[in-house]
Amino acid sequence: MKIRTIKELLDARLIVGEDFLDNEVLYACGSDLMSDVLTFVKEQTVLLTGLNNPQVIRTAEMLDVSAIVLVRGKTPSPDIIQMALERDIVLLSTDNTLFEACGKLYEGGLRGRPDDSKC
Amino acid sequence: MTQNANEDVIMTNTYEIEAGNFTLAGEAASNIKKLLRQLGIEAKIVRRVAIAAYETEINMVIHSVGGTMKLEITPREIILKARDRGPGIEDIELAMKEGYSTATELARELGFGAGMGLPNIKRCSDKLHLQSELGQGTYLEAKFFL
Repeated sequence: MKIRTIKELLDARLIVGEDFLDNEVLYACGSDLMSDVLTFVKEQTVLLTGLNNPQVIRTAEMLDVSAIVLVRGKTPSPDIIQMALERDIVLLSTDNTLFEACGKLYEGGLRGRPDDSKC
Repeated sequence: MTQNANEDVIMTNTYEIEAGNFTLAGEAASNIKKLLRQLGIEAKIVRRVAIAAYETEINMVIHSVGGTMKLEITPREIILKARDRGPGIEDIELAMKEGYSTATELARELGFGAGMGLPNIKRCSDKLHLQSELGQGTYLEAKFFL
């Protein structure tokens, strides 16, 4: 699914990363627990989270996550936006809750990555 | 960046890790990732090292009083060496158990402290050595075969 489609499905606001809206993501992950995200997320994934701090961008960076969707209308601080910009990570914000946002993307055909427990 | 006396080591780099600084946390891992990418290391291995380095760095920021993380690259492997100045891990076996955590409320608010750090470092690396002494500190060595 194109990141642009995710933006449309979630009626999301683009914060940074316009150049990458046509990039494809293969999977989605919804979590506020970065510890969990670090154990099973891989590249070409969109991360949906209610967590709004620099460690979300760090976590995405380590995993090569392509896009982050902040749920419940959260607005990141300028330092978070700058970090996403420097790392070519698309940052979106939606008014949907985490549950609703995940549901809409699932309905749109996006799935979670099968857990193969390999790093 | 310094050349090591040991001929086998192509490159080493040392990063200072500051205790309790959650804003800086991840900066060392970020630099390690960039460096490995620039060296043309396979993306899959870069990601594994980056995740392990990040988990190690977060652990040091949350639990230790500070320390250093060192990256060593040889023709055959990448070695991550982390050494802190205390307080040490009381029960390593327990600390390695998924879900066991002694992290602070602040760490949890930032999305960490789920007791997945050390198990994840083990999962990402090819070889993990961990030793610790209460009051002295902890030494972690993770190897990634090239």
